[in-house]
Amino acid sequence: MQIILEYWPLLLTGIGTTIALTLLGYVFALVLGTALAVCRVSPIPPLRAAATVYVEIFRNIPLLSLLILIAFGLPDVGLVLPYFWCGVLGLTLSSAAFVCENIRSGINTVPIGHAEAARSIGLGFFGVLRFVILPQAFRTMVQPLVNVFIGTLIGSSLCAAITVTETTYVTQQLNIRTAEAVFLFLVAGVVYLSLSLLAAWAGRRIEAAVAPGDRRARGGDGPARGAGLRLQGAGQA
Amino acid sequence: MSARSTTATQVLFDAPGPKGRARIRLLSALSVLGIAAILALGLWQFGRNGQLAADRWLPYLRSDYLAFLGEGLVGTLQATGMAALVAFPFGLLLALGRLARNPVLSSVAAAWIEFFRGIPMLLVVYAFLLALPAFGITVPRFWMLVIPMILVSSATTAEVFRAGINAVDRGQHEAGAAIGLTPGQTMRAVILPQAVRLVLPSLILALVSLLKDSTLGYVVSFNELQFQGRNMVSITRYLVQTYVVVSAIYIVLNFLLTKAALALDARMRRRAAAPTA
Repeated sequence: MQIILEYWPLLLTGIGTTIALTLLGYVFALVLGTALAVCRVSPIPPLRAAATVYVEIFRNIPLLSLLILIAFGLPDVGLVLPYFWCGVLGLTLSSAAFVCENIRSGINTVPIGHAEAARSIGLGFFGVLRFVILPQAFRTMVQPLVNVFIGTLIGSSLCAAITVTETTYVTQQLNIRTAEAVFLFLVAGVVYLSLSLLAAWAGRRIEAAVAPGDRRARGGDGPARGAGLRLQGAGQA
Repeated sequence: MSARSTTATQVLFDAPGPKGRARIRLLSALSVLGIAAILALGLWQFGRNGQLAADRWLPYLRSDYLAFLGEGLVGTLQATGMAALVAFPFGLLLALGRLARNPVLSSVAAAWIEFFRGIPMLLVVYAFLLALPAFGITVPRFWMLVIPMILVSSATTAEVFRAGINAVDRGQHEAGAAIGLTPGQTMRAVILPQAVRLVLPSLILALVSLLKDSTLGYVVSFNELQFQGRNMVSITRYLVQTYVVVSAIYIVLNFLLTKAALALDARMRRRAAAPTA
Protein backbone atom coordinates (compact mmCIF):
# COMPACT_ATOMS: atom_id res chain seq x y z
CA MET A 1 0.00 0.00 0.00
CA GLN A 2 2.75 2.39 1.02
CA ILE A 3 4.38 1.92 -2.35
CA ILE A 4 1.26 2.97 -4.22
CA LEU A 5 0.90 6.08 -2.06
CA GLU A 6 4.52 6.98 -2.53
CA TYR A 7 4.88 6.27 -6.23
CA TRP A 8 1.37 6.87 -7.56
CA PRO A 9 2.43 9.56 -10.09
CA LEU A 10 4.83 7.09 -11.68
CA LEU A 11 2.24 4.32 -11.67
CA LEU A 12 -0.33 6.62 -13.25
CA THR A 13 2.16 7.62 -15.94
CA GLY A 14 2.69 3.95 -16.66
CA ILE A 15 -1.02 3.18 -16.87
CA GLY A 16 -1.60 6.28 -19.02
CA THR A 17 1.19 5.25 -21.38
CA THR A 18 -0.23 1.72 -21.63
CA ILE A 19 -3.64 3.15 -22.53
CA ALA A 20 -2.14 5.60 -25.03
CA LEU A 21 -0.04 2.88 -26.71
CA THR A 22 -3.05 0.56 -26.91
CA LEU A 23 -5.54 3.13 -28.19
CA LEU A 24 -3.19 4.67 -30.77
CA GLY A 25 -1.94 1.28 -31.95
CA TYR A 26 -5.46 -0.08 -32.17
CA VAL A 27 -7.03 2.87 -33.98
CA PHE A 28 -4.24 2.97 -36.58
CA ALA A 29 -4.49 -0.82 -36.89
CA LEU A 30 -8.24 -0.57 -37.54
CA VAL A 31 -7.63 1.90 -40.37
CA LEU A 32 -4.74 -0.03 -41.90
CA GLY A 33 -6.41 -3.39 -41.34
CA THR A 34 -9.66 -2.31 -43.01
CA ALA A 35 -7.73 -0.97 -46.00
CA LEU A 36 -5.85 -4.28 -46.21
CA ALA A 37 -9.08 -6.26 -45.99
CA VAL A 38 -10.58 -4.23 -48.83
CA CYS A 39 -7.42 -4.95 -50.85
CA ARG A 40 -7.74 -8.66 -50.10
CA VAL A 41 -11.30 -8.89 -51.42
CA SER A 42 -10.73 -6.47 -54.33
CA PRO A 43 -10.60 -7.58 -57.98
CA ILE A 44 -7.06 -6.17 -58.41
CA PRO A 45 -4.61 -9.12 -58.26
CA PRO A 46 -1.48 -7.16 -57.22
CA LEU A 47 -3.35 -5.53 -54.33
CA ARG A 48 -4.66 -8.90 -53.19
CA ALA A 49 -1.19 -10.38 -53.34
CA ALA A 50 0.40 -7.45 -51.49
CA ALA A 51 -2.20 -7.57 -48.72
CA THR A 52 -1.78 -11.35 -48.41
CA VAL A 53 1.99 -11.05 -48.12
CA TYR A 54 1.57 -8.28 -45.54
CA VAL A 55 -0.77 -10.39 -43.42
CA GLU A 56 1.46 -13.47 -43.59
CA ILE A 57 4.51 -11.48 -42.52
CA PHE A 58 3.01 -9.47 -39.70
CA ARG A 59 0.81 -12.17 -38.25
CA ASN A 60 3.73 -14.57 -38.04
CA ILE A 61 6.47 -12.30 -36.75
CA PRO A 62 6.75 -12.31 -32.95
CA LEU A 63 5.78 -8.86 -31.66
CA LEU A 64 8.98 -8.60 -29.64
CA SER A 65 11.12 -9.25 -32.74
CA LEU A 66 9.15 -6.59 -34.61
CA LEU A 67 9.52 -4.03 -31.82
CA ILE A 68 13.26 -4.69 -31.52
CA LEU A 69 13.66 -4.42 -35.27
CA ILE A 70 11.78 -1.10 -35.32
CA ALA A 71 13.25 0.45 -32.19
CA PHE A 72 16.89 -0.53 -32.69
CA GLY A 73 16.95 -1.13 -36.43
CA LEU A 74 15.31 2.03 -37.78
CA PRO A 75 18.01 4.40 -36.45
CA ASP A 76 20.54 2.39 -38.48
CA VAL A 77 18.64 3.15 -41.67
CA GLY A 78 18.45 6.81 -40.77
CA LEU A 79 14.99 7.02 -39.21
CA VAL A 80 14.97 8.12 -35.60
CA LEU A 81 11.64 7.78 -33.83
CA PRO A 82 11.00 8.21 -30.10
CA TYR A 83 10.62 4.79 -28.47
CA PHE A 84 6.96 5.51 -27.68
CA TRP A 85 6.18 5.90 -31.37
CA CYS A 86 8.26 2.84 -32.20
CA GLY A 87 5.92 0.99 -29.86
CA VAL A 88 2.84 2.45 -31.52
CA LEU A 89 4.21 1.58 -34.96
CA GLY A 90 4.99 -2.00 -33.97
CA LEU A 91 1.57 -2.52 -32.37
CA THR A 92 -0.14 -0.98 -35.40
CA LEU A 93 1.71 -3.11 -37.95
CA SER A 94 1.10 -6.30 -36.00
CA SER A 95 -2.54 -5.69 -35.01
CA ALA A 96 -3.46 -4.54 -38.53
CA ALA A 97 -2.77 -8.05 -39.83
CA PHE A 98 -5.17 -9.53 -37.26
CA VAL A 99 -7.79 -6.82 -37.95
CA CYS A 100 -7.55 -7.60 -41.67
CA GLU A 101 -8.05 -11.33 -41.13
CA ASN A 102 -11.03 -10.80 -38.83
CA ILE A 103 -12.72 -8.37 -41.21
CA ARG A 104 -12.14 -10.72 -44.11
CA SER A 105 -13.63 -13.70 -42.30
CA GLY A 106 -16.49 -11.45 -41.17
CA ILE A 107 -17.15 -10.63 -44.82
CA ASN A 108 -17.14 -14.33 -45.61
CA THR A 109 -19.89 -15.02 -43.06
CA VAL A 110 -22.40 -12.96 -45.07
CA PRO A 111 -24.38 -15.33 -47.29
CA ILE A 112 -23.35 -15.14 -50.94
CA GLY A 113 -26.98 -14.56 -51.95
CA HIS A 114 -26.94 -11.15 -50.28
CA ALA A 115 -24.02 -9.98 -52.38
CA GLU A 116 -25.61 -11.40 -55.50
CA ALA A 117 -28.90 -9.67 -54.71
CA ALA A 118 -27.07 -6.39 -54.15
CA ARG A 119 -25.20 -6.75 -57.44
CA SER A 120 -28.39 -7.61 -59.30
CA ILE A 121 -29.93 -4.28 -58.24
CA GLY A 122 -26.90 -2.56 -59.73
CA LEU A 123 -24.54 -1.85 -56.84
CA GLY A 124 -20.84 -1.78 -57.69
CA PHE A 125 -17.94 -3.26 -55.68
CA PHE A 126 -17.85 -0.47 -53.10
CA GLY A 127 -21.65 -0.20 -53.03
CA VAL A 128 -22.01 -3.90 -52.24
CA LEU A 129 -19.41 -3.63 -49.49
CA ARG A 130 -20.68 -0.39 -48.01
CA PHE A 131 -24.46 -0.96 -47.99
CA VAL A 132 -24.90 -4.73 -47.83
CA ILE A 133 -21.84 -6.70 -46.76
CA LEU A 134 -20.05 -4.54 -44.19
CA PRO A 135 -23.14 -3.58 -42.12
CA GLN A 136 -23.91 -7.29 -41.70
CA ALA A 137 -20.33 -8.41 -41.41
CA PHE A 138 -19.63 -5.83 -38.72
CA ARG A 139 -21.96 -7.60 -36.28
CA THR A 140 -20.02 -10.83 -36.46
CA MET A 141 -16.75 -8.91 -36.23
CA VAL A 142 -17.32 -7.11 -32.93
CA GLN A 143 -16.14 -9.94 -30.71
CA PRO A 144 -13.02 -10.79 -32.76
CA LEU A 145 -12.12 -7.10 -33.00
CA VAL A 146 -12.45 -6.74 -29.22
CA ASN A 147 -10.08 -9.69 -28.94
CA VAL A 148 -7.62 -7.85 -31.17
CA PHE A 149 -7.95 -4.85 -28.86
CA ILE A 150 -7.15 -7.01 -25.83
CA GLY A 151 -4.27 -8.51 -27.79
CA THR A 152 -2.97 -5.00 -28.47
CA LEU A 153 -3.30 -4.16 -24.78
CA ILE A 154 -1.39 -7.27 -23.72
CA GLY A 155 1.12 -6.73 -26.51
CA SER A 156 1.77 -3.17 -25.39
CA SER A 157 3.56 -4.63 -22.36
CA LEU A 158 6.35 -5.76 -24.69
CA CYS A 159 7.17 -2.09 -25.23
CA ALA A 160 8.81 -2.38 -21.80
CA ALA A 161 11.59 -4.28 -23.59
CA ILE A 162 12.28 -1.18 -25.71
CA THR A 163 12.20 0.99 -22.55
CA VAL A 164 8.84 2.69 -23.03
CA THR A 165 7.65 3.77 -19.59
CA GLU A 166 4.42 1.81 -19.59
CA THR A 167 2.87 -0.27 -16.82
CA THR A 168 5.13 -3.30 -17.07
CA TYR A 169 8.27 -1.17 -17.29
CA VAL A 170 7.20 0.97 -14.31
CA THR A 171 6.43 -2.17 -12.31
CA GLN A 172 9.83 -3.58 -13.04
CA GLN A 173 11.57 -0.30 -12.17
CA LEU A 174 9.64 0.07 -8.90
CA ASN A 175 10.47 -3.49 -8.08
CA ILE A 176 14.16 -2.77 -8.42
CA ARG A 177 13.72 0.25 -6.14
CA THR A 178 11.46 -1.30 -3.49
CA ALA A 179 11.96 -5.09 -3.79
CA GLU A 180 8.24 -5.69 -3.24
CA ALA A 181 7.90 -7.95 -6.22
CA VAL A 182 4.81 -9.99 -5.41
CA PHE A 183 2.69 -7.02 -4.40
CA LEU A 184 3.77 -4.90 -7.37
CA PHE A 185 3.11 -7.62 -9.90
CA LEU A 186 -0.33 -8.25 -8.44
CA VAL A 187 -1.08 -4.53 -8.79
CA ALA A 188 0.09 -4.52 -12.41
CA GLY A 189 -1.85 -7.71 -13.07
CA VAL A 190 -4.99 -6.10 -11.69
CA VAL A 191 -4.40 -3.06 -13.91
CA TYR A 192 -4.19 -5.20 -17.06
CA LEU A 193 -7.10 -7.38 -16.00
CA SER A 194 -9.37 -4.43 -15.32
CA LEU A 195 -8.44 -2.80 -18.63
CA SER A 196 -9.21 -5.98 -20.59
CA LEU A 197 -12.43 -6.60 -18.63
CA LEU A 198 -13.44 -3.02 -19.41
CA ALA A 199 -12.75 -3.63 -23.10
CA ALA A 200 -14.72 -6.89 -23.04
CA TRP A 201 -17.64 -5.12 -21.36
CA ALA A 202 -17.57 -2.30 -23.92
CA GLY A 203 -17.45 -4.94 -26.65
CA ARG A 204 -20.57 -6.63 -25.31
CA ARG A 205 -22.37 -3.27 -25.22
CA ILE A 206 -21.38 -2.56 -28.82
CA GLU A 207 -22.41 -6.04 -29.89
CA ALA A 208 -25.81 -5.62 -28.23
CA ALA A 209 -26.23 -2.22 -29.88
CA VAL A 210 -25.50 -3.49 -33.40
CA ALA A 211 -27.23 -6.86 -33.03
CA PRO A 212 -30.22 -7.23 -35.32
CA GLY A 213 -33.54 -6.72 -33.54
CA ASP A 214 -36.03 -9.54 -33.04
CA ARG A 215 -38.25 -8.36 -35.85
CA ARG A 216 -35.46 -8.41 -38.41
CA ALA A 217 -34.01 -11.67 -37.12
CA ARG A 218 -37.33 -13.43 -37.66
CA GLY A 219 -37.78 -11.95 -41.12
CA GLY A 220 -34.79 -13.29 -42.97
CA ASP A 221 -31.85 -15.61 -42.90
CA GLY A 222 -29.33 -14.14 -40.50
CA PRO A 223 -25.60 -14.19 -41.19
CA ALA A 224 -24.48 -17.76 -41.60
CA ARG A 225 -22.74 -18.85 -38.43
CA GLY A 226 -19.73 -21.05 -38.92
CA ALA A 227 -20.90 -24.50 -37.96
CA GLY A 228 -19.28 -26.07 -34.94
CA LEU A 229 -15.94 -24.87 -33.76
CA ARG A 230 -14.31 -21.80 -35.23
CA LEU A 231 -10.58 -21.84 -35.59
CA GLN A 232 -9.30 -19.17 -33.27
CA GLY A 233 -6.48 -16.92 -34.32
CA ALA A 234 -3.11 -17.39 -32.71
CA GLY A 235 -2.21 -14.99 -29.94
CA GLN A 236 -0.33 -11.88 -30.86
CA ALA A 237 2.41 -11.66 -28.28
CA MET B 1 -3.98 -17.98 -53.61
CA SER B 2 -6.21 -21.02 -53.66
CA ALA B 3 -9.29 -21.30 -55.80
CA ARG B 4 -11.45 -21.45 -52.68
CA SER B 5 -10.60 -17.97 -51.48
CA THR B 6 -11.18 -16.62 -54.97
CA THR B 7 -14.73 -17.96 -55.13
CA ALA B 8 -15.44 -16.68 -51.63
CA THR B 9 -14.62 -13.11 -52.63
CA GLN B 10 -15.45 -13.22 -56.34
CA VAL B 11 -19.07 -12.71 -55.44
CA LEU B 12 -18.47 -9.09 -54.48
CA PHE B 13 -18.08 -8.07 -58.10
CA ASP B 14 -19.45 -9.21 -61.45
CA ALA B 15 -17.31 -11.10 -63.89
CA PRO B 16 -15.76 -8.03 -65.54
CA GLY B 17 -16.64 -7.15 -69.13
CA PRO B 18 -14.15 -5.69 -71.60
CA LYS B 19 -14.34 -2.23 -70.00
CA GLY B 20 -14.04 -3.69 -66.52
CA ARG B 21 -11.06 -5.83 -67.55
CA ALA B 22 -9.36 -2.77 -68.96
CA ARG B 23 -9.95 -0.91 -65.73
CA ILE B 24 -8.66 -3.80 -63.66
CA ARG B 25 -5.55 -3.94 -65.86
CA LEU B 26 -5.00 -0.21 -65.40
CA LEU B 27 -5.48 -0.37 -61.64
CA SER B 28 -3.25 -3.45 -61.45
CA ALA B 29 -0.50 -1.62 -63.31
CA LEU B 30 -0.89 1.42 -61.08
CA SER B 31 -0.85 -0.63 -57.91
CA VAL B 32 2.22 -2.57 -59.04
CA LEU B 33 3.93 0.77 -59.61
CA GLY B 34 2.77 2.00 -56.21
CA ILE B 35 3.97 -1.09 -54.38
CA ALA B 36 7.26 -1.03 -56.28
CA ALA B 37 7.70 2.64 -55.37
CA ILE B 38 7.19 1.92 -51.68
CA LEU B 39 9.66 -0.99 -51.77
CA ALA B 40 12.15 1.07 -53.77
CA LEU B 41 11.88 3.93 -51.29
CA GLY B 42 12.58 1.51 -48.46
CA LEU B 43 15.54 -0.07 -50.22
CA TRP B 44 16.87 3.36 -51.18
CA GLN B 45 16.72 4.42 -47.53
CA PHE B 46 18.58 1.20 -46.61
CA GLY B 47 21.14 1.78 -49.34
CA ARG B 48 21.71 5.40 -48.47
CA ASN B 49 22.71 4.35 -44.97
CA GLY B 50 25.00 1.63 -46.26
CA GLN B 51 22.82 -1.21 -44.96
CA LEU B 52 22.58 -2.95 -48.32
CA ALA B 53 26.32 -3.57 -48.70
CA ALA B 54 26.86 -7.19 -49.69
CA ASP B 55 29.48 -7.78 -46.98
CA ARG B 56 26.80 -7.04 -44.39
CA TRP B 57 24.42 -9.67 -45.75
CA LEU B 58 26.59 -12.42 -47.26
CA PRO B 59 28.03 -13.57 -43.91
CA TYR B 60 24.59 -15.00 -43.11
CA LEU B 61 25.31 -17.73 -45.64
CA ARG B 62 28.51 -18.71 -43.85
CA SER B 63 28.35 -21.89 -41.83
CA ASP B 64 29.70 -20.36 -38.61
CA TYR B 65 27.06 -17.61 -38.66
CA LEU B 66 24.37 -20.16 -39.38
CA ALA B 67 25.64 -22.46 -36.65
CA PHE B 68 25.58 -19.56 -34.19
CA LEU B 69 21.96 -18.77 -35.02
CA GLY B 70 21.15 -22.48 -35.18
CA GLU B 71 22.20 -22.79 -31.56
CA GLY B 72 19.58 -20.17 -30.75
CA LEU B 73 17.01 -21.94 -32.86
CA VAL B 74 17.62 -25.15 -30.91
CA GLY B 75 17.00 -23.22 -27.68
CA THR B 76 13.79 -21.79 -29.13
CA LEU B 77 12.53 -25.21 -30.18
CA GLN B 78 13.49 -26.74 -26.83
CA ALA B 79 11.67 -24.04 -24.87
CA THR B 80 8.62 -24.21 -27.15
CA GLY B 81 8.52 -28.00 -27.08
CA MET B 82 8.93 -28.29 -23.34
CA ALA B 83 6.31 -25.59 -22.72
CA ALA B 84 3.85 -27.29 -25.07
CA LEU B 85 4.52 -30.69 -23.52
CA VAL B 86 3.53 -29.42 -20.08
CA ALA B 87 1.05 -26.69 -20.97
CA PHE B 88 -1.25 -28.70 -23.23
CA PRO B 89 -2.08 -31.50 -20.75
CA PHE B 90 -2.24 -28.91 -17.98
CA GLY B 91 -4.63 -26.85 -20.11
CA LEU B 92 -6.81 -29.90 -20.59
CA LEU B 93 -6.91 -30.44 -16.82
CA LEU B 94 -7.82 -26.79 -16.30
CA ALA B 95 -10.62 -27.09 -18.86
CA LEU B 96 -11.98 -30.20 -17.14
CA GLY B 97 -11.71 -28.37 -13.82
CA ARG B 98 -13.64 -25.42 -15.17
CA LEU B 99 -16.36 -27.71 -16.51
CA ALA B 100 -16.50 -29.75 -13.29
CA ARG B 101 -19.72 -29.83 -11.27
CA ASN B 102 -17.82 -29.05 -8.05
CA PRO B 103 -18.28 -25.24 -7.68
CA VAL B 104 -15.02 -24.71 -5.76
CA LEU B 105 -12.97 -26.57 -8.34
CA SER B 106 -14.65 -24.86 -11.28
CA SER B 107 -14.31 -21.35 -9.85
CA VAL B 108 -10.65 -21.88 -8.95
CA ALA B 109 -9.96 -23.13 -12.48
CA ALA B 110 -11.94 -20.24 -13.98
CA ALA B 111 -10.07 -17.66 -11.90
CA TRP B 112 -6.72 -19.20 -12.85
CA ILE B 113 -7.62 -19.21 -16.54
CA GLU B 114 -8.97 -15.66 -16.60
CA PHE B 115 -6.02 -14.32 -14.64
CA PHE B 116 -3.33 -15.75 -16.87
CA ARG B 117 -5.27 -14.99 -20.03
CA GLY B 118 -5.69 -11.37 -19.02
CA ILE B 119 -2.15 -10.43 -18.06
CA PRO B 120 0.88 -10.04 -20.34
CA MET B 121 3.45 -12.81 -20.29
CA LEU B 122 6.24 -10.28 -19.87
CA LEU B 123 4.78 -9.38 -16.49
CA VAL B 124 4.91 -13.03 -15.43
CA VAL B 125 8.46 -13.26 -16.72
CA TYR B 126 9.54 -10.21 -14.71
CA ALA B 127 7.73 -11.57 -11.68
CA PHE B 128 9.75 -14.79 -11.88
CA LEU B 129 12.94 -12.98 -12.74
CA LEU B 130 12.72 -10.54 -9.84
CA ALA B 131 10.50 -12.13 -7.21
CA LEU B 132 12.09 -15.57 -6.94
CA PRO B 133 15.60 -14.37 -6.09
CA ALA B 134 14.01 -12.30 -3.31
CA PHE B 135 12.92 -15.56 -1.70
CA GLY B 136 16.32 -17.07 -2.31
CA ILE B 137 15.06 -19.45 -4.98
CA THR B 138 17.21 -19.79 -8.05
CA VAL B 139 15.91 -21.46 -11.17
CA PRO B 140 17.87 -22.17 -14.35
CA ARG B 141 17.27 -19.59 -17.09
CA PHE B 142 15.52 -22.20 -19.23
CA TRP B 143 12.80 -22.59 -16.61
CA MET B 144 12.65 -18.84 -16.02
CA LEU B 145 11.36 -18.66 -19.57
CA VAL B 146 9.45 -21.92 -19.79
CA ILE B 147 7.45 -21.66 -16.54
CA PRO B 148 5.81 -18.33 -17.52
CA MET B 149 5.19 -19.78 -20.99
CA ILE B 150 3.45 -22.76 -19.38
CA LEU B 151 1.36 -20.59 -17.06
CA VAL B 152 0.12 -18.35 -19.87
CA SER B 153 -0.28 -21.04 -22.49
CA SER B 154 -2.12 -23.45 -20.18
CA ALA B 155 -4.75 -20.76 -19.63
CA THR B 156 -5.28 -20.12 -23.33
CA THR B 157 -5.24 -23.81 -24.28
CA ALA B 158 -7.71 -24.51 -21.46
CA GLU B 159 -10.19 -22.31 -23.30
CA VAL B 160 -9.40 -24.12 -26.55
CA PHE B 161 -10.11 -27.49 -24.92
CA ARG B 162 -13.26 -26.16 -23.28
CA ALA B 163 -14.55 -24.97 -26.64
CA GLY B 164 -13.71 -28.37 -28.10
CA ILE B 165 -15.50 -30.27 -25.33
CA ASN B 166 -18.55 -28.02 -25.71
CA ALA B 167 -18.51 -28.53 -29.46
CA VAL B 168 -19.05 -32.28 -29.10
CA ASP B 169 -22.71 -33.04 -29.64
CA ARG B 170 -24.88 -33.09 -26.51
CA GLY B 171 -26.34 -36.44 -27.62
CA GLN B 172 -22.95 -38.06 -27.06
CA HIS B 173 -23.23 -37.41 -23.31
CA GLU B 174 -26.72 -38.86 -23.34
CA ALA B 175 -25.62 -41.86 -25.36
CA GLY B 176 -22.81 -42.45 -22.88
CA ALA B 177 -25.26 -42.29 -19.98
CA ALA B 178 -27.69 -44.56 -21.81
CA ILE B 179 -25.20 -47.39 -22.06
CA GLY B 180 -24.47 -47.05 -18.37
CA LEU B 181 -21.22 -45.06 -18.29
CA THR B 182 -20.65 -42.64 -15.44
CA PRO B 183 -20.13 -38.98 -16.43
CA GLY B 184 -16.40 -39.42 -15.83
CA GLN B 185 -16.24 -42.50 -18.04
CA THR B 186 -18.29 -40.76 -20.74
CA MET B 187 -15.88 -37.84 -20.69
CA ARG B 188 -12.83 -40.09 -20.91
CA ALA B 189 -14.05 -42.65 -23.40
CA VAL B 190 -16.52 -40.73 -25.56
CA ILE B 191 -16.17 -36.96 -25.35
CA LEU B 192 -12.44 -36.34 -24.99
CA PRO B 193 -11.26 -38.41 -27.96
CA GLN B 194 -13.59 -36.40 -30.19
CA ALA B 195 -12.84 -33.06 -28.53
CA VAL B 196 -9.09 -33.48 -28.82
CA ARG B 197 -9.44 -34.23 -32.51
CA LEU B 198 -11.62 -31.15 -32.95
CA VAL B 199 -9.12 -28.82 -31.31
CA LEU B 200 -6.04 -30.18 -33.05
CA PRO B 201 -5.82 -27.23 -35.51
CA SER B 202 -6.25 -24.74 -32.65
CA LEU B 203 -3.49 -26.52 -30.73
CA ILE B 204 -1.12 -26.03 -33.67
CA LEU B 205 -1.97 -22.33 -33.52
CA ALA B 206 -1.24 -22.41 -29.78
CA LEU B 207 2.18 -23.73 -30.76
CA VAL B 208 2.62 -20.61 -32.93
CA SER B 209 1.79 -18.48 -29.88
CA LEU B 210 4.31 -20.40 -27.80
CA LEU B 211 6.98 -19.95 -30.44
CA LYS B 212 6.32 -16.22 -30.39
CA ASP B 213 6.32 -16.14 -26.59
CA SER B 214 9.68 -17.87 -26.51
CA THR B 215 11.22 -14.64 -27.86
CA LEU B 216 10.94 -13.36 -24.30
CA GLY B 217 14.08 -15.39 -23.69
CA TYR B 218 15.58 -12.09 -24.85
CA VAL B 219 14.51 -10.62 -21.50
CA VAL B 220 15.65 -13.49 -19.27
CA SER B 221 18.88 -14.03 -21.27
CA PHE B 222 18.01 -17.60 -22.13
CA ASN B 223 19.84 -18.70 -25.23
CA GLU B 224 16.99 -18.78 -27.74
CA LEU B 225 16.94 -17.30 -31.22
CA GLN B 226 16.05 -13.71 -30.37
CA PHE B 227 18.64 -13.57 -27.58
CA GLN B 228 21.21 -15.27 -29.76
CA GLY B 229 20.48 -12.54 -32.31
CA ARG B 230 21.29 -9.98 -29.66
CA ASN B 231 24.56 -11.78 -28.88
CA MET B 232 25.37 -11.77 -32.56
CA VAL B 233 24.69 -8.04 -32.81
CA SER B 234 27.03 -7.35 -29.92
CA ILE B 235 29.78 -9.27 -31.73
CA THR B 236 29.25 -8.30 -35.38
CA ARG B 237 27.46 -4.94 -35.05
CA TYR B 238 25.28 -5.90 -38.03
CA LEU B 239 22.13 -4.92 -36.18
CA VAL B 240 19.55 -4.54 -38.93
CA GLN B 241 20.78 -7.59 -40.81
CA THR B 242 20.81 -9.90 -37.80
CA TYR B 243 17.35 -8.95 -36.60
CA VAL B 244 15.94 -9.19 -40.13
CA VAL B 245 17.37 -12.70 -40.50
CA VAL B 246 16.11 -13.71 -37.04
CA SER B 247 12.64 -12.33 -37.75
CA ALA B 248 12.57 -14.07 -41.11
CA ILE B 249 13.28 -17.42 -39.42
CA TYR B 250 10.38 -16.88 -37.03
CA ILE B 251 8.09 -15.83 -39.88
CA VAL B 252 8.89 -18.93 -41.93
CA LEU B 253 8.41 -21.30 -38.97
CA ASN B 254 5.13 -19.72 -37.92
CA PHE B 255 3.92 -19.51 -41.50
CA LEU B 256 4.44 -23.24 -41.97
CA LEU B 257 2.72 -24.05 -38.66
CA THR B 258 -0.23 -21.77 -39.48
CA LYS B 259 -0.58 -23.31 -42.93
CA ALA B 260 -0.52 -26.78 -41.39
CA ALA B 261 -3.25 -25.78 -38.93
CA LEU B 262 -5.42 -24.33 -41.70
CA ALA B 263 -4.93 -27.35 -43.93
CA LEU B 264 -5.84 -29.72 -41.09
CA ASP B 265 -8.89 -27.60 -40.28
CA ALA B 266 -10.04 -27.59 -43.92
CA ARG B 267 -9.55 -31.37 -44.12
CA MET B 268 -11.60 -31.95 -40.99
CA ARG B 269 -14.32 -29.62 -42.28
CA ARG B 270 -14.48 -31.55 -45.58
CA ARG B 271 -14.76 -34.80 -43.66
CA ALA B 272 -17.47 -33.38 -41.45
CA ALA B 273 -19.35 -32.10 -44.48
CA ALA B 274 -19.14 -35.43 -46.27
CA PRO B 275 -22.45 -37.31 -46.06
CA THR B 276 -21.94 -39.92 -43.39
CA ALA B 277 -25.52 -40.49 -42.23
